[in-house]
Amino acid sequence: MHLINIKVHMLQQPTVARMQHTESKPAIAGFLQRRPRWAPPAPLFLLQPVLRRIVQKIAENNPDMFGRLGPHYRAVFVIDPVNLPFVMLLRPDPDDLMLVARRRSEISEHDARISGKFLDLLMLVDGDLDGDALFFSRNLTITGNTEAVVCLRNALDDIDDSIAEEVADMFGRPGRAALMALRRMNEKRETQ
Amino acid sequence: MIRPELVCPAGTPSAMRTAVDAGADAVYCGFQNATNARNFPGLNFTVPELERAVAHAHAGGTKVLLALNTFPPAGKVDLWKEAADTGARLGVDAFIVADIGVADYIARTHPDIRLHLSVQAAASTPESIQYYCREFNVKRVVLPRILTVPEIKLMADEIPCEIETFIFGNHGLMVEGRCSLTNYITGLSTNMDGVCSPAAQVEYIKDDEGNLSTRLGEYTIDCFSCNESAGYPTICKGRYLTPAHDGPYYAFEEPISLNLSTLLPDLMKAGVTALKIEGRQRSKAYVKSVVSAYRKAVDSIMAGQDPQISDLLALTEGQKETQGAFKSKTWR
Repeated sequence: MHLINIKVHMLQQPTVARMQHTESKPAIAGFLQRRPRWAPPAPLFLLQPVLRRIVQKIAENNPDMFGRLGPHYRAVFVIDPVNLPFVMLLRPDPDDLMLVARRRSEISEHDARISGKFLDLLMLVDGDLDGDALFFSRNLTITGNTEAVVCLRNALDDIDDSIAEEVADMFGRPGRAALMALRRMNEKRETQ
Repeated sequence: MIRPELVCPAGTPSAMRTAVDAGADAVYCGFQNATNARNFPGLNFTVPELERAVAHAHAGGTKVLLALNTFPPAGKVDLWKEAADTGARLGVDAFIVADIGVADYIARTHPDIRLHLSVQAAASTPESIQYYCREFNVKRVVLPRILTVPEIKLMADEIPCEIETFIFGNHGLMVEGRCSLTNYITGLSTNMDGVCSPAAQVEYIKDDEGNLSTRLGEYTIDCFSCNESAGYPTICKGRYLTPAHDGPYYAFEEPISLNLSTLLPDLMKAGVTALKIEGRQRSKAYVKSVVSAYRKAVDSIMAGQDPQISDLLALTEGQKETQGAFKSKTWR
């Protein structure tokens, strides 16, 4: 086989540094989105102070992780749990941290998007699932700046302690009970 | 039968600690620069990280092998020499090298530290391996993944060093250390810059129907339909259009992982003394699962029992596994 004989097919779309929002079609499954259609949208403003506390706590406990982000610490990531009614915008800049919830119709400019089911994303962040395996099985989708995503993945994967437990501990006994329930749900899912 | 060394990947300090805890006999790792063939963004070790990691590994009885397995471009050899000097100062147990200049420097400057010949050197004949052993006192060769088990047995009888073979991970059929496909598309070299398919030039595009296109630089190298398993964005595993074939086809190899769990007893009988798990770019979840599975399998064999083989299919590329050339030269 000579490479010169292989006619590679080129896409016409140009690569752009930052992506504009495109409407996604989240899968509707599981208890997490059992909200009836007639119900009002989730009140995201209640989530914002909680998310701010979470990202600040993780940054405080794991200051070494930022070194692995290289030049991408100012990148904006859309974390898209496809079975939840909202996404999260993350900017892992230690001097200007951001983790906020947004409706899918309100996503602003961003550098990369990471989409998957909520439990998969949780287990991934917690070092319990392999991101490449999730990608191979098509349960994880990456779009936008791939290098930024790889850096974020490696930064999170180098954290020894459980991020999920750090977050759960912030909310005391109810937080730990919620995490236990989520982990049981994941184990049940894996054995099915 | 000699108890083989289980050689495990460590892309980050946390992955190294995971490998040690999971039963690795040795871990291999690299610095955050072009001296190693997994020079990926956000991966690998700083000097202080490696210092702490060596101490941790040695405390657990695990050896640390430092990969300096790329080829220095002319005029830039100092980076490789400095990496070797630093590794020696930190107490690594062996260097994994591919370039004869790097091998020569280490053999002369740090003669007390073991030299392992990387798969990147693509040494696949007794004559070439004997040369490395004679000239640089190489103690172990990592064989290319192109030999059958009987061929490895014949090799073991003819060479004066230990044999390490890959047992899980990348299938790796290109002539390693010679592959210029990434360079052809991106201008960066796998062998000199340590980057195969640099992430900065990889892009995934998902259409409204769920099909996923993989692009490297300006080229589309594959398109997976919505329910099809995906693979890495490497040119060697892309599907291409050519007048000689109807529709796109895998020109070189396909997304599939090597898994030699059922061949372990044969490999050990053939004289393989080190079993290597590929995947420094993978997560610690991967490291934990694969290292634990192989630890259990090797221990079972050494205890005279049937190997306990865990199902690792979910971790394989394209969700497919093969025994590749180890089983037969006609695996495709």
